[in-house]
Amino acid sequence: MAEMKTAAYICSGCGLGDKLDVSQLAKIAQREGKMALVREHAFLCNSEGVQMIRDDIEKEEVTHVCIAACSRRAKTEAFNFPDIAMTRANLREGVIWVVSEGAEHDEVRQEMADDYVRMACAELKKAKVPAGNPNHTHLKNILVVGGGMSGMTAALEAAEAGYEVILVEKQGSLGGWAGKLYKRVPFKAPYAEPQETGVAELAARVSAHPLIAVHLNTTVAETSGAPGRYAIKLAQESGAVTEIAAGSIVQATGFTTYDIKKLPELGGGLDHVVDHAGLESLAKASNGGPIRRADGKEVKSVVFLQCAGQRDEAHLPYCSGHCCATSIKQAMYFKDANPEVSTIVVYDDLRVPGMGEDFYRSAQHKDVIFSKGKASKVESSGSGCKVTYRDLILDTDLVLDADLVVLATGQVPSSGVNVADWDRLTKEAEGGSEEARQQRNDLKRISILNLTYRQGPDLPKLKYGFADSHFICFPYETQRTGIYTAGPVRRPMDIYQATEDATGAALKAIQAAENASLGRAAHPRAGDLSYPMVRLEGCTQCKRCTVECPFGAIDEDEKRFPVFNEQRCRRCGTCMGACPVRVISFENYSVDTVGSQIKAVEIPDEFSEKPRILVLACENDAYPALDMAGLSRIVYSAFVRVIPVRCLGSVNTIWITDALNSGYDGVMMMGCRKGDEYQCHFVKGSELAGYRMSKIGDTLTQMGLEPQRVSTYEIAITDNARIAGLINDYVAELVELGPSPMKGFG
Amino acid sequence: MSDLNQKAVALYGGNFLKEVEERVEDGEWVSMCMQCGVCAGSCPLGPHWEHSPQKIFRMIMAGKREEVLTSDSVWMCTSCYTCIVRCPRKLPITHIMHGLAHYAHRLDVAPKGQPTRELAKIFWNSLIRTGRVNELKFSLGVYFKDGFSQGIKNLLGMQGVALGLMKAKRLNPMEILGGHKCKDIGGIQKMLAKAQEIEARRQI
Amino acid sequence: MAKKNYAFYPGCSSQKGASASNFVPSIEVMCDKLDIQLNEIPDWNCCSASIGYGEGSQLSRLVLNARNLALVEQNMPGQDLVSGCPACWLATRETAEKLHEVESLMADTNEALKEAGLSFKGTVKARHLVEVLIEDVGFEAMKEPVVKPLEGLKIAGYVGCQTNRPFGIAGESFENPQYLDKMVETVGAEPATGYEQKVTCCGGALAFSEPEKSQKQIKDIVESAYDHGADMIVTPCQLCQANVEIYQSEINKKKGTKLSMPVVYYSQLMTVAYGGTAKQAGLDGNVLRPQKLLDIASK
Repeated sequence: MAEMKTAAYICSGCGLGDKLDVSQLAKIAQREGKMALVREHAFLCNSEGVQMIRDDIEKEEVTHVCIAACSRRAKTEAFNFPDIAMTRANLREGVIWVVSEGAEHDEVRQEMADDYVRMACAELKKAKVPAGNPNHTHLKNILVVGGGMSGMTAALEAAEAGYEVILVEKQGSLGGWAGKLYKRVPFKAPYAEPQETGVAELAARVSAHPLIAVHLNTTVAETSGAPGRYAIKLAQESGAVTEIAAGSIVQATGFTTYDIKKLPELGGGLDHVVDHAGLESLAKASNGGPIRRADGKEVKSVVFLQCAGQRDEAHLPYCSGHCCATSIKQAMYFKDANPEVSTIVVYDDLRVPGMGEDFYRSAQHKDVIFSKGKASKVESSGSGCKVTYRDLILDTDLVLDADLVVLATGQVPSSGVNVADWDRLTKEAEGGSEEARQQRNDLKRISILNLTYRQGPDLPKLKYGFADSHFICFPYETQRTGIYTAGPVRRPMDIYQATEDATGAALKAIQAAENASLGRAAHPRAGDLSYPMVRLEGCTQCKRCTVECPFGAIDEDEKRFPVFNEQRCRRCGTCMGACPVRVISFENYSVDTVGSQIKAVEIPDEFSEKPRILVLACENDAYPALDMAGLSRIVYSAFVRVIPVRCLGSVNTIWITDALNSGYDGVMMMGCRKGDEYQCHFVKGSELAGYRMSKIGDTLTQMGLEPQRVSTYEIAITDNARIAGLINDYVAELVELGPSPMKGFG
Repeated sequence: MSDLNQKAVALYGGNFLKEVEERVEDGEWVSMCMQCGVCAGSCPLGPHWEHSPQKIFRMIMAGKREEVLTSDSVWMCTSCYTCIVRCPRKLPITHIMHGLAHYAHRLDVAPKGQPTRELAKIFWNSLIRTGRVNELKFSLGVYFKDGFSQGIKNLLGMQGVALGLMKAKRLNPMEILGGHKCKDIGGIQKMLAKAQEIEARRQI
Repeated sequence: MAKKNYAFYPGCSSQKGASASNFVPSIEVMCDKLDIQLNEIPDWNCCSASIGYGEGSQLSRLVLNARNLALVEQNMPGQDLVSGCPACWLATRETAEKLHEVESLMADTNEALKEAGLSFKGTVKARHLVEVLIEDVGFEAMKEPVVKPLEGLKIAGYVGCQTNRPFGIAGESFENPQYLDKMVETVGAEPATGYEQKVTCCGGALAFSEPEKSQKQIKDIVESAYDHGADMIVTPCQLCQANVEIYQSEINKKKGTKLSMPVVYYSQLMTVAYGGTAKQAGLDGNVLRPQKLLDIASK
């Protein structure tokens, strides 16, 4: 590689030239930033400006470019030089748009811009163009686990896109729950009548597809490796084991029904009380004729009880989403066979998402009666059942006699081992507990993927046992790179949603395998060529990186050294933030690239009344929110210096202590929401940062500093107005506190 | 129990919803109610009735025949049509209320002496006598519905109103002697008789 | 410009000596200025109003209204049936639509109509006079004849129920229709914007049977007009006009209030603005004198 040659380009467009002394910025780049080449331009992002940079790269052999203009999030198409290292000094969104107007603010505005130029130059000298992971993978085929509606759809979609698929189903035939239905809720206009399930046709297409290999009566005995190089052992019912390899995985293992025996007050366990699945088999048996109970009696009256053991903390706390439409469908089975059958649906809230409202209306036309109420008791009575419920419209207790009662129970995800339990038992077993070791082995029996990962054999659960990473922001993403979930294992859903879901997951799985083959990151830093590099000779085997990685990307070898599986890595840098000896880095993001920026800021002395506050802002939410504040011209203090970080999880405490040692008055850490309702793009990053900072108090005390000097915030991308308020409040608090006693020692 | 009412009970057994669907004007809409309660919150007479339209519909579905047909509430409709335009399910609620009131009246199970029921009777009688409504006779009818002495009291109570209208020539005391009427009142009466005959043919 | 012809259905309350008799003269002036020719339907009958349902069966009410439609279809071909009374319009339009929708009811209705020597094919459209003004004339043309703009008058536009629901004027909202305020502006007066009782029910026919309940409604309607600084209330509805105007004295008696808010028809405003006299505008028929309007009329 050629020798490093740096260049800085200072733009004076967009009002930068009016508000700032651009020639002073150029001087700083040259004298302090030590840039080999410094150029000013009135309109850097236009074709002429961009051409100027290109010419320098070509003719002057510039290898490192510092652009002092707008935010790194703006003009990315103009400033796109993939073969060189680049840093951006954010003078527009970060300075002139957020610092108060007027000559009395000229000085602080200029100081802020000066510092950003210093920081970008300092970072540039530490940055490298990522060369990409030399360990390329080659597998692009997809393993689909589960042969129900979701799994079959995912397999077919991937195969239709030209990718080979291995489909594994533990039962002896394809179809899953959908295969046991008499009919399904309509998914085509006019959404008025139950429709054929289409399962047999889909199964036939899957079985006949030349790119799909179906393994029935088979489970996954072991999964090791990473995207692009999974090694999987498939166990047949007979005990035979087949070894296969795959590029990525779709887990579509669906759900089981909640056990109605756990609902004795609603008649669970009585003869003439069934759940939805039970009714489907009765309907299948009647095949369009009058529906008969198990004892052969024709059903003349049926009561459906919605939310049976659902939205109930004692049972399933959530809504399974499909049950209202399913009960409507099943009530129609009765009405369509015989309109005289009394069909009453007792509901708390009738929820029919999608086009379900039309289906609901259709049932009303058929005189299915819907009654808002809450059932308290179902008992045997004569040849049928007696249902006691509170009618919430009439506000009275009513008793209904019914030949059959159907309980609308919920979906329980088939998501295998609870990784949190696994974690606990692992720790106890490592501590020598034989009982824990035994329990861990028992747990392994219910595992679905049997991952050999250090962090457990199945996908971590997001909530209520569903295997997901974030229901809304990142659908299909799990907390294990290259493994995607689809269907009710991810969140409760109906067949229509599951098929859409499966299509999305199949496409994600294809992307993951393709990215791995190119040595690139997957979501959310898709395409990033950097990857974690570790100087093992400095490693103390503390295991923090292997424990804290949100994606289980790091295993341990026999000597307890970390083994990085780069293809599993999302490039969040949480390992880098965790490492106490700072041996983990990325080529374009390291302890040094950020540390050098922190040190580049000029700290005024304690008499200047100009505090300096370091803001470490998550690049996913907080940094865009700051840019948006600029875009909306929301003013905030010119005393802050903002550095974007990949995730708060990547913040190494050395940055904080370095900053405070060099005389910063305070540090603001801005990350995403943590906890159960987290919005962190890297699942645990902001949580870990919060945890680490809760421990920083001791360090501050040792340094003789007040605890307020480091503060952590949860910022959403929409917080543009709030973020400015937080900055201003914090600056006011620090002014009150007085300057840092560390000033002048740095 | 009136003869008609007995027949209806016998015919429909406990299935009051079906009875309403087949016998009450726009009754086939009742099962389409989704129990949201927007009608209940929209009715100008909301503070005064016992059963909102939402409750009436639910009572019909729950087979509470007697409670519905004897309810005072179905007579509280001012025909303002707010419920109709707000109903997310587009139920013709106003018409269903009218239909239920009419049905209860026809079966003679509606509350006796219910003021709006009485008003409706007097109005209709005034209308079919001449083809047009004679406001004076109609008003007098309303005031005297509870007997002569109560009528005089009512009249004296409304004296101010009546005098004001008379002064403004909007209430003509000479109307009592005759007033406006349709020329072809004979044809109108025959036509209405025929309508009744047709309906009798179609119903119980 | 040639006059446009319409089959006019005045309704019972607009007859001589009836509660809305003062509505008629103002309509005549207004229509004359706007080139609208109203031709009274020969021997029209009552629509059965909103209270006819108690005693009158569905078919009885349908045939009553169908008779008027049939009279127009037979005697006044090509003309829309137009009523100034919301109740008449509503009952007639409901009938026309119902007969159009339900074939068996059309057959039954014709069987009954035959007794009166009539038949109805369903070709007549039932419209409200306000629809004619807005859709066929337009606000611009309504403004043209204005010679005495009603300057200095603040007027609360009380649309009420049946002009507004369930059909209303095309393009208007049920909750906050604008056309009446626009008509007030057209004649040079100031609308009391934000008048929150604009579409409140006055109690309708229940003013007779449930006087307490209706008068509570009326009290709100009038008091809100006072709150918005209105000089008078304007309405397109006969029953609204009568109820809101004549019961104010009753409310005063019972509640000790001093309500005296004049209630006029839009056509009375237009007649005065078009240069008509107080008598032509039927202002002598108002129980509560709209003094400011009378002053402009006499200028």
